[in-house]
Amino acid sequence: MSGTSGTYLGMPAFPAAARDAVRNETLRGNLRHATHTIRDKRAKAVAELDDWARLRAAGRDVKERTLRHLDHYLVQLEESVTAAGGTVHWAADAGEANRIVTGLVKRTGRSEVVKVKSMATQEIGLNEALEAEGIRAYETDLAELIVQLGDDRPSHILVPAIHRNRGEIRDIFRAEMGSWGRAAPAGLSDDPAELAEAARVHLREKFLRAEVGISGANFMVAETGTLVVVESEGNGRMCLTLPETLISVVGIEKVVPTWRDLEVFLQTLPRSSTAERMNPYTSMWTGTTDSDGPRAFHLVLLDNGRTDTLADEVGRQALRCIRCSACLNVCPVYERAGGHAYGSVYPGPIGAILSPQLRGIASEVDASLPYASSLCGACYDVCPVAIDIPEVLVHLRERVVEGGEVTRNGERVTIKPAKGHRGERAVMRAARWALDHPGALRAGQRLASRTRRIHPKRLPGPGRAWSDTRALPEVPAESFRHWWQRTRGGAR
Amino acid sequence: MRVALFVTCVNDTLSPRTGQAVVRLLERLGVEVEFPQAQSCCGQPQFNTGYRHETEPLVRRFDAAFADYEYVVTPSGSCAAMVRDNYPRIGAKAAAEGRGQALAEAAGRAVPKTYELTEFLVDVLGVTDVGAWFPYAVTYHPTCHGLRLLGLGERPRRLLERVKGLELRELPGAQECCGFGGTFAVKNAAVSAAMGADKAHAIESTGAGAVCAVDSSCLLHIGGTLARRGSSVRPVHIAEILAATEEEPYA
Ligand code: SF4
Repeated sequence: MSGTSGTYLGMPAFPAAARDAVRNETLRGNLRHATHTIRDKRAKAVAELDDWARLRAAGRDVKERTLRHLDHYLVQLEESVTAAGGTVHWAADAGEANRIVTGLVKRTGRSEVVKVKSMATQEIGLNEALEAEGIRAYETDLAELIVQLGDDRPSHILVPAIHRNRGEIRDIFRAEMGSWGRAAPAGLSDDPAELAEAARVHLREKFLRAEVGISGANFMVAETGTLVVVESEGNGRMCLTLPETLISVVGIEKVVPTWRDLEVFLQTLPRSSTAERMNPYTSMWTGTTDSDGPRAFHLVLLDNGRTDTLADEVGRQALRCIRCSACLNVCPVYERAGGHAYGSVYPGPIGAILSPQLRGIASEVDASLPYASSLCGACYDVCPVAIDIPEVLVHLRERVVEGGEVTRNGERVTIKPAKGHRGERAVMRAARWALDHPGALRAGQRLASRTRRIHPKRLPGPGRAWSDTRALPEVPAESFRHWWQRTRGGAR
Repeated sequence: MRVALFVTCVNDTLSPRTGQAVVRLLERLGVEVEFPQAQSCCGQPQFNTGYRHETEPLVRRFDAAFADYEYVVTPSGSCAAMVRDNYPRIGAKAAAEGRGQALAEAAGRAVPKTYELTEFLVDVLGVTDVGAWFPYAVTYHPTCHGLRLLGLGERPRRLLERVKGLELRELPGAQECCGFGGTFAVKNAAVSAAMGADKAHAIESTGAGAVCAVDSSCLLHIGGTLARRGSSVRPVHIAEILAATEEEPYA
């Protein structure tokens, strides 16, 4: 089974979803303000370090080497975690991971869990799976709480409610907090401090009552079996330390070989994501410890398409991602289309290369994602592990239009091109012929020049996509080629 | 010095003025310019849309067309970047698909000789004052491929700063993509248009009479957007500015 979360099934293709988002003025305003603010701050935070380029190269290299020997480091990690008193579970896909976690929670006899913000659990749709078994999951990250209370979907990796402004958040708190626990105080305003306080009070009773915590992790150290959660709010620290049972669901690509490797990422991650020199809370735990923290610790290692992605020489670099979200914040397409248009918990440039690999390109939205970019390269520039996102996008475009060999569930299979590219393919073939026959090209240019007076100002059909907002270029009276021949004659 | 002009298919067909300007400029600087007729398109639109295999004959054609030259100069940041970044990839993938080294070798010959115009002027000819005259207020849009792929850096700006009469106006948000992106402009027309509108707005806010760039394709999108908004700002390729003199002014 694929890792598609039910929430996203039936999403329209990116261009259609993006078109609606572009028309939404409030959304555009919220996103523009938020992304530009964090974009500028990140640039300053990064510029402070004169060894940034070397840190970036080191991050890339550590991840590359780890991915090359992933099997080795995962086995080492399992041994270390087990030796430290934890239990390791292996989940091949979303369904298996959900069954494991649900089973573990049920065994505790509890029907409530508190959650640290985690991309992996969103990817597998864990909250929905728990709910189906009568278990309520409370999100404790502020932005995640806003999304959960608003019955919404996350639109950003780091700030899932980035599409909401203060006024909208106040309205959500006022309307919904009561049905999830402690209601919002009467007369709650849209002042950020008041909103944060309302969330704090609402969440506190959940922390104090919780017996089961569920988290992801930013890093797992193979050598020591240590897991690392990096955060700003401190809610994670509560969820990781107060409950009796802690269950962490982590993608297999999050492993790093040694403790020392963290040196690189604990510098690059906060500066790239929140533009902080150091994030306020870094929680690290190694298995279980007597009379301190959870008594039972379970690590669920999630594959869900990652091994298949690893088999692709160009695409595998997406697995280096440390989910900092710098590429989202700098992306001009994300800024205008918003996160929801990407139809996945992974929006923005990284989502555009990750989702079509983790989920395949069978669905309309996944096949459209590699095209959700102007290839401007801003994402590659900021990526702290130097993922060449434009290179992967073009690589995946080829998969969409040509099909070919991919790895699915560990098997090499040949997939067909995605639907809807037949006309384009014919045009490209014709262009290949014409461009490789300059005589034909010349004839075409001459014809276009002769008929230039009768060229329309707006195009019908698919050409409208250009001419609705842009004037058509006027075809000149003479191509360069003809000018050269006329004026330079015999010269080459 | 003798160089081959790679004019690019967009300039050839839609913006021949750009190619003519390069010829005039380089000849004024004492360079002998030739135009090998066998040249065609670099293959960027096909490659970037996912049709790598359709690009392969164009890599071979590029190699053959310019075989006799030490320098190939092109007035297009994105076409230069296509050759430099993607030709080696195309060659490597063909080799990996068991089709031999020929394409990789063709790419290996094409890459070191290909220069974007401002690179050629500053790095090879070593000039920044090309004796140009352009008495207008101009704003410069650094195109994505020029800025981030080729790393043109300050080269275009240094050239523009030495143009007599030219007043360079800072473009707010200069590093942001204009929204062209080749087939992106039609495949994601709504987002592309929104990006173009923001760029046009930024350009208008400078009060400049012209916006210049190193790429005609971006300028077609920017110019088309400006024209549809009824703006009087003109899109001008940097080659046309550098080619203009008091004797032969921009027309
Ligand atoms: S792809 Fe790079 S920039 Fe984007 S979230 Fe991942 S690590 Fe950050």
